[in-house]
Amino acid sequence: MYKATIGLEVHCELTTKSKNFSMAPNQFSSIPNEHVSTIDLGLPGILPVANKEACEKALFTAMALHCENPDEIIFDRKNYFYPDLPKGYQITQVTKPMGKHGYLDIFVDGKMKRVEIHQLHLEEDTASLEHTMKYSLIDYNRSGVPLIEIVTEPCIESAEEAVIFLEDLRDIFLYLGVSEARSNYGQMRCDVNISLREEGSKTLGTKVEMKNINAFTSVKAAIEYEIKRQSEILDKGEKVVQETRRIAEDGKTYAMREKVDALDYKYFVEPNIPPIPLTEEYLTGLKKRLPKLKLERYLTYVEEYQIGQQEAQVLSKERMLSDYFEEVLSYGADIELTVNFMTSAILSTLNKLEISPQDLWITPKMLCGLITYVKDGKISLDHAKKILYQSIEEKVDPLDLIKKENISQIHDEKTLLAFIQQAMSQNREQVRQYIEEGNVHVINFFIGQVMKLSNRQANPNKSLELIKEELERRKNNEK
Amino acid sequence: MYRGKSITELRELLDKKEITGEELFEKAITLAHFFQDDYNSFVTILEQTKVKESDSMLNGIPYSLKDNFSTRGILTTSSSNILKDYVPVYDATVYKKLKKAGALLVGKTVLDELAMGGTGTTGHTGVVKNPWDKERMIGGSSAGSAASVALGIVPFSIGSDTGDSVRKPAAFGGIVGFKPTYGRISRYGLFAFASSLDHVAIMTRNVKDAAIVTDVLKGKDPLDMVTIESEKENYADMLDQEVKGKKLFYIKEVCGKNIYQTSEDAMLKETIQKFHETLEECKKLGFTIEEVSVEKALLEALYPAYMCISCAEATSNNANLTGVQFGTRKEGNTVEEMMLHTRTEGFSELIKRRFVLGSYILQKENQEKLFLNACRVRRMIVDQINTFFQTYDGMIAPCSGGVAPSFDSTSEKLSDRYLILENHMVIGNFGGFPSITIPYGMIQNLPIGLNITGRVKEDAQVLNMAYQIEKITGMKNIYAKVGDIDV
Repeated sequence: MYKATIGLEVHCELTTKSKNFSMAPNQFSSIPNEHVSTIDLGLPGILPVANKEACEKALFTAMALHCENPDEIIFDRKNYFYPDLPKGYQITQVTKPMGKHGYLDIFVDGKMKRVEIHQLHLEEDTASLEHTMKYSLIDYNRSGVPLIEIVTEPCIESAEEAVIFLEDLRDIFLYLGVSEARSNYGQMRCDVNISLREEGSKTLGTKVEMKNINAFTSVKAAIEYEIKRQSEILDKGEKVVQETRRIAEDGKTYAMREKVDALDYKYFVEPNIPPIPLTEEYLTGLKKRLPKLKLERYLTYVEEYQIGQQEAQVLSKERMLSDYFEEVLSYGADIELTVNFMTSAILSTLNKLEISPQDLWITPKMLCGLITYVKDGKISLDHAKKILYQSIEEKVDPLDLIKKENISQIHDEKTLLAFIQQAMSQNREQVRQYIEEGNVHVINFFIGQVMKLSNRQANPNKSLELIKEELERRKNNEK
Repeated sequence: MYRGKSITELRELLDKKEITGEELFEKAITLAHFFQDDYNSFVTILEQTKVKESDSMLNGIPYSLKDNFSTRGILTTSSSNILKDYVPVYDATVYKKLKKAGALLVGKTVLDELAMGGTGTTGHTGVVKNPWDKERMIGGSSAGSAASVALGIVPFSIGSDTGDSVRKPAAFGGIVGFKPTYGRISRYGLFAFASSLDHVAIMTRNVKDAAIVTDVLKGKDPLDMVTIESEKENYADMLDQEVKGKKLFYIKEVCGKNIYQTSEDAMLKETIQKFHETLEECKKLGFTIEEVSVEKALLEALYPAYMCISCAEATSNNANLTGVQFGTRKEGNTVEEMMLHTRTEGFSELIKRRFVLGSYILQKENQEKLFLNACRVRRMIVDQINTFFQTYDGMIAPCSGGVAPSFDSTSEKLSDRYLILENHMVIGNFGGFPSITIPYGMIQNLPIGLNITGRVKEDAQVLNMAYQIEKITGMKNIYAKVGDIDV
C-alpha cells in the first residue's frame, strides 16, 4: 500500500477597485483589452504603484489563516520571458510574504485535520493568451490583476482532504469578502504536487506537478488518477518520472514536460516600491476586523447551541446567512425555533427570490418578534410561517399582521358561545359521538363549523377552549 | 541674439516682449540643425511648437530632452535599434510638467544606448562629439543633452543620471549638471536603466538656471512611489544665503594633494592642482575645507559594486524589450524565437554584455557573492559618507582626472585613477544625495568640472553652495563658441 503526499498552491484573484500596480479597473470583461493601462502593458518608463486595498486584503486573508505577518511590505521581481508577461518579470513576494507558517483546520470524516500553510503572498496575474493555428492573441485585461498565492505544506493525504480544504478556503475568501473566488472564471485555480511513498516509509517519493486546475472536481479526479497511475508504476517496480502533467477532460493526466533543472527566476527586491512599514497598531486594528469564520461558528452552533450537525453546517456555510441567524439570536430568540425558521421558511424564500439575507425584507429583529410569539404560544408554528410568507410578500411587519388579525377577531365569550351553541344544535350526531363514544376528533370539526358561522372571525384558540368546555358540560349533563 | 543666453536672460527678453517663444524656438531649431552634422546632439529635432500661456519661469524657453523620456506622439528611441521606430502613447511626468509650464521642446537628444555607457559613442544614430574639441568625447550617457547645452542651442536640457550620466558629460562640456535627491523628481516615464540608481537630472549653463528648472520639476508624483514631498519654496530664491562657516570635505584617496605625485600624467596633476587652488579660493568665501580619509579598498569597490547593481537591475528593467508589445520585432518560427531574434538584433554587443553580466550576477548561485555583496558595499560607503555629513555640509571633488578624453584614448580600468577618481560620483547615486557639477577651470582650452555633493533632501543647500562657488570660477554661462552662425 502507498500513501499519498499532496501539496497545493492555490491562486485566487482579489476583488479590488483597481489592478495591483496600476489604475486600470480590476473587472472581468469579455471584450479583450478593455481594462488596460500603460503599466499593464509594460511600456518603457512605467512604474508600479502598490494597491492599498490589495495589500490589506492579502494581509487580512493571511490573518484568517493564522499566519505570521511581516514587519513591512516589500515586493520582489520574478524574472522570466514569456509572451503573457509584458514587463519580462512578475512582481511578487519572496523575501517577506504577507503571511507565513499558518494553518487551516478542516473536518474530514468528522475528524479535525490541520492543513499547514507554508506561506501566502501577493502578486500580479499575467495576460491571457489565445492560440490559433497561425497566430496567438494576447488579452491584457487580466494583466496586473491582484492575485494571492497560498502554498500549503505537503501534508494533505487524499483527494477528499484536498477538495474539502479548497472548499473551506473558498468559503473563507467569501467570508472575508476578499474575492468572488469563482473557479469557472479562473478566479480561483490551483497547482497540485503529489508523490507516493510506501506505507510506513518516511522518504517522500518522486513529485509530480499538475498545473492550473480550475474546478474542484478536476482536482479530485486528477489526484485520484495520479494515485492510481503512480501506484501501478510502483507496483511494477518502476520509477515515477519527475514531471509536470496536465489534466484532460477525460479526467486522466498527461505528461507535459519533464522537470529538468528548475528555472532560475533571479529574484531580487523590487526597487520601485519602497518598503511599507506595518505597525503593530495597524495590524491589530486589521485583526480586530476579522470576522468569526465558518469553523468557529459551526463549533459554537454544535457544541454551545446544541444544533444538529447538518443544520449547523447549513447555517455556517455562508457568512451573510450566519450573520443573519446570529443577529436573530442576539435579540433573544429561541434557538430551536430560530433554526427551524432559518432552515425552512427563510432559506426557501432566499432561494425562491434569489436574494441574499441582507436583502430580505424581514429583518432579524422582526423575525425574532415572530418567533417569540410562537414561543409564548400566542400563535402556532404553522400559522407563524404563513404570517412570515405574507409579511415578505406584502412587506408588512409580521407582528402588525398578527395584530390586524387580532383586532378583527372575535374574542368575546358570549358571542363565541352563541356560535358554538348554534353549531352543536345543527350537528347533534357529532355531539353524541363525543359524549357516547369519546370521539375527540369532533372538536376540530366544531372549530371548522364555528369558523364558518363566524366568517372566519372567531379566535381559534379561544373557540377551541370553549368548544371543549361546552362538550364536557353536555357530557356531564347527560349523566 | 539668442545663442548662449541663460534662462534668466531669455525670461527678461520674453517679459519685455522683445522676442516671442515662437521666435526663440525657431532660433533653437536653426542652431540644432546647423550643428547636427558635426556634433550629432539630436535623434529628433522638432518642427514646430505651440506656446502655452503660463506664469512659469520656463514659459517660452526652449529646451532639449534626452531620448529616454516617454513623449506621447514623438519618437523615443533610447538610442537603441530595438526602439528605433517606437512612438510612445504616454508622457513622462517630467515632460508633462515642462509642457504645462510652457517650455518649448526643441528635440530629443542622443544617449549611450539605453543610457548604459559614459562615452556618448554608442547611440544607434552615431557618435556625439565634444563642442570644445570635435576629436573628443562629450561623455555620457546624456551626451546629446550636454552637447546641446554646451553648444548654446538650448539653455537647458533634461537628462538622466544613474552613475554620473549627467554630471560627467556636464564636466566635459563646461556646463552645470545637477542631480537632485533621489525622489525629488519623478522618474515616471524615464526608461528605466537601474531603478534604485536612476535620477532625473538637469543641465544648464549656470547654477541659478538649474535651480529654476528643479523648481518646476520637483514634487511628489503619485505615479512614482519613491518621490518625496518637496518644499514649497523655490530653490532659485534661496541661492543668496551666506556660506560663511559651511564645512566641506574632500576624500584624500580621491583627490588628495599629493596622491598622484608619482604619476606621469601631467594632465592629472594639473587637474588636481587646479582643484586645490579652487579650494583655497573657496576658503576665502568662508568655507572650511578639510581632508578626510576613507579605506581605499572600499573606494576601489565603488565601480565593481556599481556595475553589479546596475547591470542586474538593467537586465530585468529591459526584459520588456521583446518585440511582443512594442518595438522593432524580428520574426521567428515561434514566439520564443521571435523574442530571441528581436533581442539579438536589437541590442549592440555592449548592451548584451551588460545583460549577460546582470543575469550572471542575479543567478541563484552568484547572488550572495556578487549582487548582495555589491548592495553591502553600497550600504557601507553610504554609511561612511553620512557619518562625514554629521560634521560637514558637503563633499567636494573634481569630476574627473582631466579633460574630456579623445576618441582614440583607452582607459586602464583597473588603475587607481580609473577605479576611484573617474567613478567616485556614483556615491551620489548610491546614497541618493543631491550632487552638482560646475565648471571650475580650463586646461588646454577644455573645461574641467567640480562636484559638490550634500546631504539627502538638502538640495537647496547644495545649490546655494554651488551658486556661491560659481562666482569665483569665472566660468559662469560659458559655451563653446564654435560654428559660423549668428542667431
